[in-house]
Amino acid sequence: MLASLIIVFREVLEAGLIVGIVLAATQGVVGRARWIALGIVSGIVGSCIVAAFADAISALFADTGQELFNAGVLLIAVVMLAWHNAWMAQHGRELARDMKAVGHAVRSGEKSLAALAIVIGVAVLREGSEVVLFLTGILASEEGGIATVAAGGLGGMALGALVSVLLYAGLVQIPTRHLFSTTTWLLTLLAAGMAATAVNFLAQAGILMAGGTILWDSSGILRDNSLIGQALHVLVGYTDRPTEAQMIAYVAVVAAILLLTRWAARGSSRVASPVR
Amino acid sequence: MRRLTLLSAACAIVLTVTALVPAGAARADDMVTIVIKDHKFEPAEVKIPANKRVTLLVDNQDATSEEFESNEMKVEKIVGGRKQIKVMVGPLKPGRYPFFGEFHEATAQGAVIAE
Repeated sequence: MLASLIIVFREVLEAGLIVGIVLAATQGVVGRARWIALGIVSGIVGSCIVAAFADAISALFADTGQELFNAGVLLIAVVMLAWHNAWMAQHGRELARDMKAVGHAVRSGEKSLAALAIVIGVAVLREGSEVVLFLTGILASEEGGIATVAAGGLGGMALGALVSVLLYAGLVQIPTRHLFSTTTWLLTLLAAGMAATAVNFLAQAGILMAGGTILWDSSGILRDNSLIGQALHVLVGYTDRPTEAQMIAYVAVVAAILLLTRWAARGSSRVASPVR
Repeated sequence: MRRLTLLSAACAIVLTVTALVPAGAARADDMVTIVIKDHKFEPAEVKIPANKRVTLLVDNQDATSEEFESNEMKVEKIVGGRKQIKVMVGPLKPGRYPFFGEFHEATAQGAVIAE
């Protein structure tokens, strides 16, 4: 029973950390609870659907359906995160200004919330479908499986929620003026790590044949499957044996998002300056 | 308007870089089969050639799903009950690369020996 709880928790951890970051990043934005809840709920519903069609998905595209699905949803999340950061760079200042006078900024803020809800939905979907497959396996094969499934499922989810709350509580200790730049960095590195993971799925599927050489092995210091390694994997994209292709994807995404936000911010100050 | 173009340009960069796909790349001919039965791998150790792309065929003969995973080989894939999957690994330097079934980690343990 404990084993199943640990497995579920490990799967839920990634989504839990992402929810924590998004909660901190949307601190003070009206309507965020609704969007975040929507992301989580649609992710859970999607998990059940994906799990139900797991074999069919896996058989797609000459048996590379699973990899392409994972890479695809990860890349969607990367684009959403990039878009969110650019949006924040452009509207962050006016958002802070208008936060008291609830006006049009809140409405446009919902677009950015929708992007983050998709990121959450995708994270829950990816890990959730594995949880569903794991738990239905127990249900089918073990005597009294329901108790194990309930303990594993609910306990694992509760622990995941706890991670979200703890990370959120920790992040909001950061003074408000530094909070947004911190969460922007976290979301940028989150996107870069997701891109690196997506690249790995493409390599596993045999679609990406180049760049498979492993650059270094730091598993002696921090293993991917340790709890800290796993948390750092989500937060900054840490992996103990990165390949060339993963490194290229990681650096490219960080650079692209930095350029994008810098440029979006410049556009915003040009528009905003006559007002000031 | 210019901003929108740049935004889409940036997205395009991200997508192309992450999907450096050499179209029609030849698939590796080497394939080894690993069977899952009673939540154990058979054989528990397989030998593959080093420094080469190799396809692992994982044949799950159990009724329940398994997740075939290896940090060392950077592989993670669900194998449905009574289903088979293929994953591509390598090129691996000579050495021992453990893999496991995440849903039954206590018994489902194995390793690839690259030589």
